[in-house]
Amino acid sequence: MNNDVKHRVKLTPNYLEVDGKLMAEAVAGESFLTKLYHIYNMEYPKFFKMDVLCKVGFIASEILLEAEGAERFVPRADRAVILFNRNSSLNADRTFQQTIADPDDFYPKPSVFVYTLPNIVTGEIAIRNKYHGESSFILLPEKSQEAMNQAIERAFLDSETTSVLTGWVEAVSDTEFEAALELVVSS
Amino acid sequence: MIVKKIGDSMITPLGFSVEENFAAVMEGRSELRRYESLWNLPFPCFVSLIPDEKLEAELARELSADVIASLHTKFEKIALLSAVKAVKQSGIDPTSERVVFILSSTKGNVELLADEHSDLERVTPAHTAQLVARYFQNPNMPITVSNACISGLCAQIEAFRCLKSGQYDTAVVIGADVLSPFIVAGFQSLKALSDEQCRPFSANRRGLNLGEAAAAVVYQVAEDNVEGWQMLAGAVRNDANHISGPSRTGEGSYRALMSVLCESQLKANDLACLNVHGTSTMYNDEMESIAITRAGLADVPVNAMKGYYGHTLGAAGILETLLTMHAVDSGKVPATRGFDELGVSMPVKISSQHIETEKNAFVKLLSGFGGCNAAAAFINPNLK
Repeated sequence: MNNDVKHRVKLTPNYLEVDGKLMAEAVAGESFLTKLYHIYNMEYPKFFKMDVLCKVGFIASEILLEAEGAERFVPRADRAVILFNRNSSLNADRTFQQTIADPDDFYPKPSVFVYTLPNIVTGEIAIRNKYHGESSFILLPEKSQEAMNQAIERAFLDSETTSVLTGWVEAVSDTEFEAALELVVSS
Repeated sequence: MIVKKIGDSMITPLGFSVEENFAAVMEGRSELRRYESLWNLPFPCFVSLIPDEKLEAELARELSADVIASLHTKFEKIALLSAVKAVKQSGIDPTSERVVFILSSTKGNVELLADEHSDLERVTPAHTAQLVARYFQNPNMPITVSNACISGLCAQIEAFRCLKSGQYDTAVVIGADVLSPFIVAGFQSLKALSDEQCRPFSANRRGLNLGEAAAAVVYQVAEDNVEGWQMLAGAVRNDANHISGPSRTGEGSYRALMSVLCESQLKANDLACLNVHGTSTMYNDEMESIAITRAGLADVPVNAMKGYYGHTLGAAGILETLLTMHAVDSGKVPATRGFDELGVSMPVKISSQHIETEKNAFVKLLSGFGGCNAAAAFINPNLK
């Protein structure tokens, strides 16, 4: 099976690339994710509630879908969202752990706990775009394009799925993150 | 070509064999109980825990001392133990490049974060999956599915596709999660826990109970018309509504059910039961009743297993699927333990008693945070 990669976005703490072209670079002392949110006029206040894994995945997916140029926010079930990383929701997990570590200062918050699942970012993208198709998060022991390609090929076995928003999204701290997303269409 | 179950295992508070677990469910037993301050947490909880002494004794029967010593946590122990038992029962060669290992877990080794000296590399379930695959000297990169509460069904769907696509011939699917202050405090913060026995679909339900378990299933490609349980279809759909609450219209569950009915060509009348999520939270059970009714399945017997085991998170999809297979094999739809008076808006057919069935197929349904929902269909065509 040959599937076509229509667009690619790469987002790191230092730069943003769209289809191999450098689009923005970070400046020391600024929040690069918030800067991109404003540059691209995303107008989605829920962004500010998200943990960093969701922010990274959300920003990269928004820019990927702008590159696609199709009409946005139309309910559809033919597009799957399948993301990968190694460390699951480690950053949110550590944040939540801090809220329960001290019995004398025990304040577990639901708004933190909900982000201690890696698939929340796939849900955030589905909600934003009204995608009712498959959403899934897969953990791999290391980044492997071959393993990701196999999973994408498998996703097209769902007869409703005609395209997949997919790729690697990792955020182990507020300053250490990477998204390498692709829009893959069945050919 | 079909996808057939050739082995299974269960590691739960109700026993370390499939037979013990199935017998316990048929006898209506549970190890769910109230703890006033489990792990010094500042609230009571009602949970089901795998006893450490019994687990260590079982490990000593199945694994060498060196292997046991190499396992750092209860999670690693139950994940590997369930895989060892299922692989042994299936008789497969796990070293084959045609075999893939798939793990389902929501939080894996998260308890390690409580110790600041822990190896952070070990926290991710992807590490545990690799540990299991290496134990069996399997050459392939293991797949870990982490889709909240639907993970166990997603892992089986991933296995189904691994075999249907020809990527592999055999998949060992392991579901496991253990409880820790992290998970219990998290669910408590969401006000999702009941401090008494959970009561799925009942008017007086007050929330869910958490439980520990591991379960594993081995699927293999086979010629058509062979005996035993087959997976027919599976689908994952999103509500596109809210990250921590289900859709009021049951959108994702409805869509997943419709996809599975269409792909499997099963009709409502073919189904022994619909084994649902049934967490016993107000929103989940209400949502499921709506999705079931919208999908035209209101006349199919519905049951939920949470009253026996609690919500076993990443294990739930596998444990509950396997128990339903064994129940249908013996002509039964298990009682929904804890159910009393129907308390959802749609009149689903749910019972506090085991009921007889002559059907040979069922559909499994789950939903989870992130708005995700999964359904899968199974049949044992030789059952009469």
